[in-house]
Amino acid sequence: MTMPSTTDAPSADPAPEALLQLRGVNKSFGAVHVLQDVDFDTYAGQVTALVGDNGAGKSTLIKGIAGIYGFDSGMYTFDGHRVTVTNPKQANALGIEVVYQDLALCDNLDIVHNLFLGREITKGGRLDEAAMERRAAETLAGLSVRTVKSIRQLVASLSGGQRQTVAIARSVIWNSRVVILDEPTAALGVAQTEQVLKLVRRLADNGLAVVLISHNLNDVFEVADNISVLYLGRMAAQVRSADVTRNQVVELITSGRSGALGLGAAALTAGPADGTEPTGPLTNAEAS
Amino acid sequence: MTSSTLAPEAPAADEGRPRPGLGTAIRAYVSAVRGGDVGALPAVLGLVVLTLVFSILRPSTFTNAFNFANLINQSAALIVIAMGLVFVLLLGEIDLSAGFSAGTAASIMGIVLTRQGHPWWLAIIAGLVTGAVIGTCIGMLVARLGIPSFVVTLAAFLGLQGVLLKLIGEGGTISVRDPVLLALNNNNLPVWLGWVLFAVVVGAYAYVSLRRAAARRADGLHADAIEVVLAKVAVLAVLLGAATWYLSTERSRNPAVTSIKGVPEVIVLLVALLVLLNFLLGRTAFGRHVYAVGGNAEAARRAGINVQRVKLLCFVLCSTLAAIGGFLLASRDNSISPTTGGAETLLYAVGAAVIGGTSLFGGKGKMMDAVLGGLVIAIIINGMGLLNQPSSVVYMVTGVVLLVAASVDAISRRRAAATGRV
Ligand SMILES: Nc1ncnc2c1ncn2[C@@H]1O[C@H](COP(=O)(O)OP(=O)(O)O)[C@@H](O)[C@H]1O
Ligand SMILES: [Mg+2]
Repeated sequence: MTMPSTTDAPSADPAPEALLQLRGVNKSFGAVHVLQDVDFDTYAGQVTALVGDNGAGKSTLIKGIAGIYGFDSGMYTFDGHRVTVTNPKQANALGIEVVYQDLALCDNLDIVHNLFLGREITKGGRLDEAAMERRAAETLAGLSVRTVKSIRQLVASLSGGQRQTVAIARSVIWNSRVVILDEPTAALGVAQTEQVLKLVRRLADNGLAVVLISHNLNDVFEVADNISVLYLGRMAAQVRSADVTRNQVVELITSGRSGALGLGAAALTAGPADGTEPTGPLTNAEAS
Repeated sequence: MTSSTLAPEAPAADEGRPRPGLGTAIRAYVSAVRGGDVGALPAVLGLVVLTLVFSILRPSTFTNAFNFANLINQSAALIVIAMGLVFVLLLGEIDLSAGFSAGTAASIMGIVLTRQGHPWWLAIIAGLVTGAVIGTCIGMLVARLGIPSFVVTLAAFLGLQGVLLKLIGEGGTISVRDPVLLALNNNNLPVWLGWVLFAVVVGAYAYVSLRRAAARRADGLHADAIEVVLAKVAVLAVLLGAATWYLSTERSRNPAVTSIKGVPEVIVLLVALLVLLNFLLGRTAFGRHVYAVGGNAEAARRAGINVQRVKLLCFVLCSTLAAIGGFLLASRDNSISPTTGGAETLLYAVGAAVIGGTSLFGGKGKMMDAVLGGLVIAIIINGMGLLNQPSSVVYMVTGVVLLVAASVDAISRRRAAATGRV
């Protein structure tokens, strides 16, 4: 069930209804038209990898989804309903959480404190430490995280992988439905990367829709069910990872098309609206 | 992350923890200190060493009960101002104007009380409002406009000095004659009431900590072993009991004329503030947010914490507590002058918080730090005075002590970074 181009309607396969669906969204910063008529789908219980070269618009797309800013135009559908998301609180209310690349944890607080940061459980005006600690232990156990000695240890004492685990656990502790991870393994070693990818897979297996931004195609092919490729602000293709080869994805990332897949010739020559970007496809060397 | 992935399936909380007990608690404490988490240790050691040194050098004058009570009254204002500074230091900010905030609030209090003849409580309210307004202005400039607190409060330091001079008049003073305000930092509780206070404090501490440990155990969460809790209660009871007993002895030079004994009244205020502010910092969401903003403001912002509001409130708390410190200064001196809260007041208060263990880098500190550090500074000033050292020497010694404390802060921070304890 490949989707040859972004303008196609969802295919008639017995595929699940997308939990989060964008149709024809646009976003400009001043004269720079960063996102152009982008379609994007994520499914509950599946990992969707969002790939693309630097500057393709991945961060802009997820910031729009997370409500850091609103899209200029287009349709944002969540769970079958059209919604307006223009600030992070609205996204959180829908159950959309983002784990940012720089982890945004407080080193001077312990794991429980970090998991509940900004959303502490209180009882009669005072912190309910017992409830938070219980729920934290449950959440970590639910993610099969058994690698931290004590959930009362300071985050400063954790390894990179453990910190990433805490950041991810924080995104699911409030029964979220979509978790977006911005390059969660970029700073990790081999073994820790493996741990985090397992965790990412488990999130999807627990029924969440997971969006994984990654530059590493090994990671992508290891965990992703779907791959969405952004090319110069356009959605070049949304495909099932089982249906494509690595080389095809590399071609899509670097030139926006690969055989029958990807953007039409018209879209490719049109180039970005500001006219400052190179109009031709990038070379492999530039892409790496 | 790779080390213990084979541990059996279980809640992560209680893996591999040794059986809790007094020995375990002590070992954990020692390893925490080694790792750079020195906490109150330097201040406690400082208190012990200074007390020993001055006791040996001035056995009769330093250690007598009169001087002991005197020490408490001398340090009270310093401690309260330092308590306020802890909030600001936790953010990683500074309030250089806290001393003159104290003076300005005290002068408004004095004007309402003495010049306008209003009752003491109205004067206190006016002074507290003054402090809160000063804190709001500073907090707005720092939090909303993003001007470094160092600059804003340096400006406030100069500006408030002028305000104070204007309010009181060059060379003038406002005398305080109201008995309630004079009693605040001069009088003592009746001996029996001192013992009641002792019983209430120790009893409440024992009740709260035992109940918390029991509740956590009932919830299946890690809790301090009963021996550890009881040991802490016992230490507190012995220390406070000894102090109360000593303060209950007659310390008048001429008991036939006037009797001076009992716990200073200001202790009630200090205990109340300590309990209240400890609760605010340690047990409420606001307190947690203060630590979060001090630890990583960007993380706090992304977690949905209103960082500007937290900062604003900390500056308001700092200046309002400084106002209370100002009342204590006024009570002690029986008057307010253009130098009330000036000179070294602010530096001593910052020094007190830092010596107590509050980090200048933000994110680490407790209310108790202000108390311990305040006592260290008060003992230095008091002891050097008894040694007839000139002010020049007192300043130099205090400066060195502050530098030592800041060095301990910086060194333990580096050690902590290396061992992951912050
Ligand atoms: N706030 C902004 N103002 C102006 N241009 C921006 C802004 N954010 C992103 N851009 C531009 O949008 C394009 C896409 O950026 P981004 O979404 O960060 O790409 P990616 O995350 O895929 O590397 C880049 O050309 C970048 O310069
Ligand atoms: Mg990016």
